[in-house]
Amino acid sequence: MSIFAVLIALVAGACSGGAGGGTGGGTTTITLAAVDNPSMADLKKLVPDFQATHPNIQVKIVTLPEDVLRQQVTQDVAAGSGRYDLFTIGTYEVPLWAKKGWIENLSPFIAKDPSYAPDDLIPGIRGALSYNGNLFAVPFYGESSMLMYRKDMLAAKGITMPDHPTWDQVAAAAKAVNSRSVNGICLRGLPGWGEQLAPLDTVVNTYGGRWFDPQWNAQLNTPQWHDAVSFYINLLKTAGEPGAGNAGFTECLNAYNSGKVAMWYDATVAASFFTGDAAKNSGYAYAPIKVKDWSGWLWAWSLGMPSSSKKKDAAWTFADWATNKAYIQLVGTKLGWQHVSPGTRTSTYDLPEYKAAAGAFADVTLQSIAHADVTHPTVDPVPYIGVQYVDIDEFQQLGDKVSQEFAKVIAGGQTVDQALAKAQALATDVGKAQH
Amino acid sequence: MSASVKVRRQFPTSKVMWSVIGWLVVFVFFFPVLWMWLESFKTEPQAASSPPTIFFAPTLEEFQQVLSGDFPPYFINSAIASIGSTLLVLVLGLPAAYALAIRPVKRTRDVLFFFISTRFLPFAASLVPLYLLARDLQLLDNIFALALIYTTINLPLGVWLLRSFLLEIPPELFEAARVDGAGFFTEIRRIVVPLVAPGIAATSLICLIFSWNEFFYAVNFTSSVAGTAPIFLVGFISGRGLFYAKLAAAATLASLPVLIGGWIAQKQLIRGLTMGAVK
Repeated sequence: MSIFAVLIALVAGACSGGAGGGTGGGTTTITLAAVDNPSMADLKKLVPDFQATHPNIQVKIVTLPEDVLRQQVTQDVAAGSGRYDLFTIGTYEVPLWAKKGWIENLSPFIAKDPSYAPDDLIPGIRGALSYNGNLFAVPFYGESSMLMYRKDMLAAKGITMPDHPTWDQVAAAAKAVNSRSVNGICLRGLPGWGEQLAPLDTVVNTYGGRWFDPQWNAQLNTPQWHDAVSFYINLLKTAGEPGAGNAGFTECLNAYNSGKVAMWYDATVAASFFTGDAAKNSGYAYAPIKVKDWSGWLWAWSLGMPSSSKKKDAAWTFADWATNKAYIQLVGTKLGWQHVSPGTRTSTYDLPEYKAAAGAFADVTLQSIAHADVTHPTVDPVPYIGVQYVDIDEFQQLGDKVSQEFAKVIAGGQTVDQALAKAQALATDVGKAQH
Repeated sequence: MSASVKVRRQFPTSKVMWSVIGWLVVFVFFFPVLWMWLESFKTEPQAASSPPTIFFAPTLEEFQQVLSGDFPPYFINSAIASIGSTLLVLVLGLPAAYALAIRPVKRTRDVLFFFISTRFLPFAASLVPLYLLARDLQLLDNIFALALIYTTINLPLGVWLLRSFLLEIPPELFEAARVDGAGFFTEIRRIVVPLVAPGIAATSLICLIFSWNEFFYAVNFTSSVAGTAPIFLVGFISGRGLFYAKLAAAATLASLPVLIGGWIAQKQLIRGLTMGAVK
């Protein structure tokens, strides 16, 4: 009997507290499905500010890990179930989903707000989030990749890292500083198209490799791929972190912060998480190159609106507020300038307060994003867009499988040639489907 | 005389040895939970440090951060889905188990096999039809729909477990009760429930744990209103930045209700789980 009483009380509590979803009593509730990152955590903190000026819009934010979010959002838009009114999507999804009509064209909404200043969005990011000249998502956070290094550790070996290093210079430095207590460099080895393959893809690009030629013929059996993958894995084995097969962003961040690695090639945002000696003694260089210059990747978590949303105006009101110039000011003044989302608006990099807070890596971030070209990721022409991904539906699966083959090489289970032969076969099947 | 002394001397040694092995096994199983607890009292850099930080000044900072989020609705939802589905399993499962154990129907074995065969289907295989059904019936993001799904998942297990407990009751007790004029509900109330109470407690707790920890259906069928504790937990897994301590704090809080429930029902649970072990 008492259990029933408890249950009834809980049901009553849940019903009274969970009135979400609909529009009632003049209040519209919108649901945002978001990836969890520090910028999103800040947005959550500032939602009361939005609601203070928009009392008729309630915002519910559901945060999920990246892979779960991607699966859930895909399911939602594919089935048109309308569970979400906004979601964070990456540069990979935007053109694909815009083409399918899964997400709303935001340009008409943007046109209604003269203060939005779409021209202020960093051009590379704006291009990556556009389809047929229209913006289908608005950037909330953007990043490229760069090399981070401990100036003190390199200086102890008499090494000075140039602003635009080559991969050969990085490898030489890594081997020079590599010792029992400190590894030369941390590179992601964890399988996954958004994990190990992200930095490795940029190495392949700068070596002149490409996934497909303009006729969608797979190109993974070329010398450029062989050289790039061999270089990456050899560098990991000779001067990389131990247990590289399990190392992703977080593991490398831990290793770098605890002084266990002297260099780290990863997302530009990484530098904002440095603590202790890592924060004091780090230098920043552009993504290392081989043949092609400017090899940094390009990624932006952005707010997109599913076509199935029934509360588009309210959803846009929130998306506008969260990606407007005024929001950047709000974050800076209320939470601190180091909290400002990087890589979205050019004007952010003109703010003296932000420049002072972001310090040495602000300019590297801005220039890296500005020079990343999703339509020309490598030396030769390609039929796809994307620097560290190929913007086709099949890529998530292809990328995951190919990276698993490379992980086997890292673990010593097969050779680079064997991995590339399997990867070529996988890519060939995908290429045929594009005709 | 000397032989008995020898036996007495050997006995404590083997007892100690088995105790040590027992505690070692317990420690191995318990270590991940212990580590989770320890991590939750560290700062993020301490939790992420390598080698691991063993000695540290405990802090409640991460608990504060977790609790400052919208924690309660997720827990209330978990409680509704878990308790609701467990009650439904008992209400539906006990009569079914009674029929299969005390008054076997024709082809009882086939019926039992049918029940358990519903568990053979991988969860992922049932996702699309269930999802489309829930979408069309406007049951997405509805906690009661989730409770119903958990009931269907746990019911076969509940029927099997309850049946095995009911088989322990000597048939003579039912015969005697019937001679005294007891009907079905009297049998259930006066004989079945008191005698298999530990079994019912064990079944309830198992169903409760499964429902409380369930993630797959919860993530697919809920969004903002009906999210459960596991959904709250994974929200702390960040693609950029440190999150181990926060995640450990959230996981510690999420595991507390089940842990406390298990602790309270410990005696019943052990009795229930050992029922039928020795004939």
